[in-house]
Amino acid sequence: MKPFADLLERLLYSPGRLAKIALLRDYFATTPDPDRGYALAAMAGALRFPGAKAATLRKLAADRTDPTLFALSYDFVGDLAETIALIWPGSAAFQPPSLPEIVDTLAGTKRDDVPVLLADWLDRSDPSTRIALIKLLTGGLRVGASLRLAKTAIAEIAALGADDIEEIWHGLEAPYLPLFNWIEGRTPRPDPASAPVFRPVMLAHPLEARDIATLDWSAYRAEYKYDGIRIQLVSTPGGTRLYSRTADDISASFPDIMANMKAHAVLDGELLVARHGVIAPFNDLQQRLNRKKPSAKLQQQYPVCIRLYDILFDGTEDVRALPFDTRRTRLEAWYATHTPPAMDLSPQIPFTAEADLAALRSTARTDGIEGLMLKRGDSAYLPGRPRAAWWKWKRDPLTLDCVLMYAQRGHGRRSSFYSDYTFGVWDNETLTPIGKAYSGYTDDELTTLDQWIRAHTTARFGPVREVEKHIVLEIAFDAAQISPRHKSGIALRFPRILRIRTDKPAHEADTIATARSLVGLEAKQDQGTLSPETPARR
Amino acid sequence: MPPHPETWLRVRPAGLYCEPGDFYIDPLRPVERAIITHAHADHARPGHNRVLASAETLAIMRARMGVERAGTSQQPLAQGETLTINDVAIQLIPAGHVLGSCQIVMDFQGSRAIVSGDYKRRADPTCSAFMPLPCDVFVTEATFGLPVFRHPNATDEIAKLLASLKLFPERTHVVGCYALGKTQRLIALLRQAGYDQPIYLHGALQKLCALYENFGIPLGDLRPATIAVRAELRGALVLAPPSAIADRWARRLDDPVTAAASGWMRIRQRAKSGGIELPLIISDHADWDELCTTIIDMQAPEIWITHGNEEALIHQATLMGRRARALRLIGYGEDDAA
Repeated sequence: MKPFADLLERLLYSPGRLAKIALLRDYFATTPDPDRGYALAAMAGALRFPGAKAATLRKLAADRTDPTLFALSYDFVGDLAETIALIWPGSAAFQPPSLPEIVDTLAGTKRDDVPVLLADWLDRSDPSTRIALIKLLTGGLRVGASLRLAKTAIAEIAALGADDIEEIWHGLEAPYLPLFNWIEGRTPRPDPASAPVFRPVMLAHPLEARDIATLDWSAYRAEYKYDGIRIQLVSTPGGTRLYSRTADDISASFPDIMANMKAHAVLDGELLVARHGVIAPFNDLQQRLNRKKPSAKLQQQYPVCIRLYDILFDGTEDVRALPFDTRRTRLEAWYATHTPPAMDLSPQIPFTAEADLAALRSTARTDGIEGLMLKRGDSAYLPGRPRAAWWKWKRDPLTLDCVLMYAQRGHGRRSSFYSDYTFGVWDNETLTPIGKAYSGYTDDELTTLDQWIRAHTTARFGPVREVEKHIVLEIAFDAAQISPRHKSGIALRFPRILRIRTDKPAHEADTIATARSLVGLEAKQDQGTLSPETPARR
Repeated sequence: MPPHPETWLRVRPAGLYCEPGDFYIDPLRPVERAIITHAHADHARPGHNRVLASAETLAIMRARMGVERAGTSQQPLAQGETLTINDVAIQLIPAGHVLGSCQIVMDFQGSRAIVSGDYKRRADPTCSAFMPLPCDVFVTEATFGLPVFRHPNATDEIAKLLASLKLFPERTHVVGCYALGKTQRLIALLRQAGYDQPIYLHGALQKLCALYENFGIPLGDLRPATIAVRAELRGALVLAPPSAIADRWARRLDDPVTAAASGWMRIRQRAKSGGIELPLIISDHADWDELCTTIIDMQAPEIWITHGNEEALIHQATLMGRRARALRLIGYGEDDAA
């Protein structure tokens, strides 16, 4: 447990992706089985300890410490697990339990005996191990790295990519011995056989102006780009699963989808909330995400559907090597045969010239659509972002001219720069904050802004500096939504800095009324002219 | 019957004042006569007339604030010597905090009070170890006066730093540490652990390192970081004041691992909010266990607490059967020296 606790601690403090990978790789390369496998399971959220509760630990700590001192300490530290871990009067020799010992022992311990067991483990540990132990057992373990990053690090040991692990991941179980045996070259790659495993997804490049000029348009097929979440629906003789783009198993959140998937296939598509054929805003879909057990009412209130756009396995046949056009035919045939409810096909948009698409794209601003997709008709389905195979052609963002109000320092490489900006728009004579952005500028612009902010600070609130209301930032964003949670009443989606408007005085920046009109724009848009065919209901 | 120290030691706006001796200890504003426990800026302030301290403390004060501001007349008092000022017999005994740091022992008409200044009980190759002495009133600090503060072994923390240097051989490791005491202790601990590479120093740390070496504490190969080229610092260790590690000065470093050596690094949120990637829990202050041990070792029936987390330590001292109270001296512990 101690090496895992040390790893967690360093991940918590390390902001850089490469640093995290280096730490993870070092851990997985040097830690023996089955310890590293259980660590991986802990990161995957695959370990459950129903017998250990936060209340149990609190009581244990209360039994061993003075209540006044505990209260003062908790007040100072602010985190219960950390307070217990630090104040715990470790008495036994330092001999922390190993992860396998924890997993095995707890599985065979009666609930009433758990407190004694925990106390013994805490006695034998140091503070950082105690924090990790408490958080692991009570389900509060937050790892400063995604599971995907852990897979990347493990794959790196064998000079492979994370996708090589993804393809077999969901057929594996803790402590993942076949995985590590394969990575370290002792056995061949584990065969997932008929298990419903995730297949690495194919991604698109953003279409830039320079690509447009050289594109052979006739080789491409066009579809809408949907503003939902990309999913992979897998059904094999071994079971049915719904995965997110990042290989998270989200089946439990969508029983309504799972119930409709009866035929074997691996399908690629977009998960959307739609009512009577009209796609609802992304906000609605968010109500369904991260719900472990959605109620019947929630399912009814936010009905989900899948818009299909590709097929990876037809029955048990791997069709990924076939050209896109052939796969499309196979997808249409599969759909016609099985007619699953709450699923439909992403329509292909007929076009003859670039101008047709450009016109469509520039007006594409309705709920659920964020631009166009261009897919080469002869492209095989390949993991990652193969060059020139698929393009995403997002509509131009909305923009507002806002005034810089507050600045905060960034993290990692940017920790010496004031790089996070809160900006606002005019509400009569005062500025109302409307959003926060920390990207979109060049390194030179960042240096200039940083210097200006340091020289024009009017107040400080901890790490935040309030600045003179002078700099106008042109902010780009994908959508504006009504939000009662924000002071301005508006929430911007993906705001980023498009440019610094040195030519514009602050008093000429946009007003809250203008910002509100952008929300209106979206609602007023005639959806009929833009929206693809409505989902088929059968 | 000897007079209780509360009849001859008083808290005044300028600080803790010994009435029969007519002197202040670590006064917060310029006074006629001051006795200084150690040379950290919050304890040793400029502009006093007569200053009494250890020879090391006086030397550091002169180096930091210039001869004129370090006291019109300076008088060193060596360990083992006693100086009597108006019936108050004064001795300086080691506090183990930084080079030259001392506790002030005052005997007046058979009653004894000891002011600890800042102190620690752990071994430190750069200063003499804390010496316990029985007394009637022990005046203690309480910077880490909460039971959540139990400093780990400094050698283990140094091992963490060395392991990180090995894991990230391309990255400069910059450690934020206070110029007086922490810097030199860190260097000495690194040398003890076998690290014999050059250590690069921010300009603000160089003078005191030279001074330590003059007092016979070898620190090995030290080089200025400010003029070193980026490439030379790759994989190297750089020490800088805490204020510099996350600010513009640090931009000269290539993708640095930002570390900090302080007792506060025990609290995760402290380290996180400071943008610290590698927190090292190394402190020159007593932790909770050391504070409690010292209360026992000093055999004092009464404990006065100058600064820090007073409430918890008063509670604990009371549980231990001592009378305890807070002096509420404002102005100490405001730097990053912890």
